[in-house]
Amino acid sequence: MLRLEFHITGGNFNSAGEASSSLKKTLKQLGVNSCVIKRTVVAVYEAEVNIVAHAYEGTITAEIDQQSIRITVCDRGPGISDINLAMQAGFSTASQRVREMGFGAGMGLPNIKNNSDNFSISSTPGIGTTLQITNLIENYETENCA
Amino acid sequence: MNKKLLLETIQGIETGCKVHEDTIFGYAFASDLMSDVLRTDAENMILVTGLCNLQTIRTAEMADIKCVILGRGKKATEDMIELACENEIAIVESPFSVFRICSELSRNGIKYLY
Repeated sequence: MLRLEFHITGGNFNSAGEASSSLKKTLKQLGVNSCVIKRTVVAVYEAEVNIVAHAYEGTITAEIDQQSIRITVCDRGPGISDINLAMQAGFSTASQRVREMGFGAGMGLPNIKNNSDNFSISSTPGIGTTLQITNLIENYETENCA
Repeated sequence: MNKKLLLETIQGIETGCKVHEDTIFGYAFASDLMSDVLRTDAENMILVTGLCNLQTIRTAEMADIKCVILGRGKKATEDMIELACENEIAIVESPFSVFRICSELSRNGIKYLY
């Protein structure tokens, strides 16, 4: 099993996406199906942007084996008081700066869920938020992503 | 649509890395909201946007988009060009509005996704 860990700094928009980019390059090198790569990096990129936009700092951990890619996104930040509300498309607490970067329209968490085979979220207000994302590699044996 | 027609149609100027000569584009998607772009799934798709920052290119990288058209005369920054080249993404700058770019692309056979 391969394990990768990335530290993300809140508020640093210039480096937002570097962890996702690094993960994408690794998955390509490993020869993972392109559909699985895209679904995974889209989910991780949205999560990475969320850390930069909302948290003080966070870590993204990827564990990759022949069956699956397991991602854990853990941040230290304000947390989410109403997860059901946060999961609704269009709900957002993003700042103007985040919106100017092209995000913050309340699509991040729904996009993460849509691009995950298994997704869970837990949060403690005032402490932080943890996401668990698992994508199965064996789901896609061809280049047809449907 | 091939590269020559694409550039003529929108008075486009390539900056940084060039569009591959043999690329044929079939679809375009226009948005300034990157989360919407990340929901797209089409091969050889063009992203048309007025959003001109590093996350535009990062989003193209994640969504496997190889050509980004910047509308309204926006100019790509050095760090955008560097990141785009790293990922073999072509940036095309057009003086036209995003709406006009989409209109011209559509008239010349580029399809919409939704």
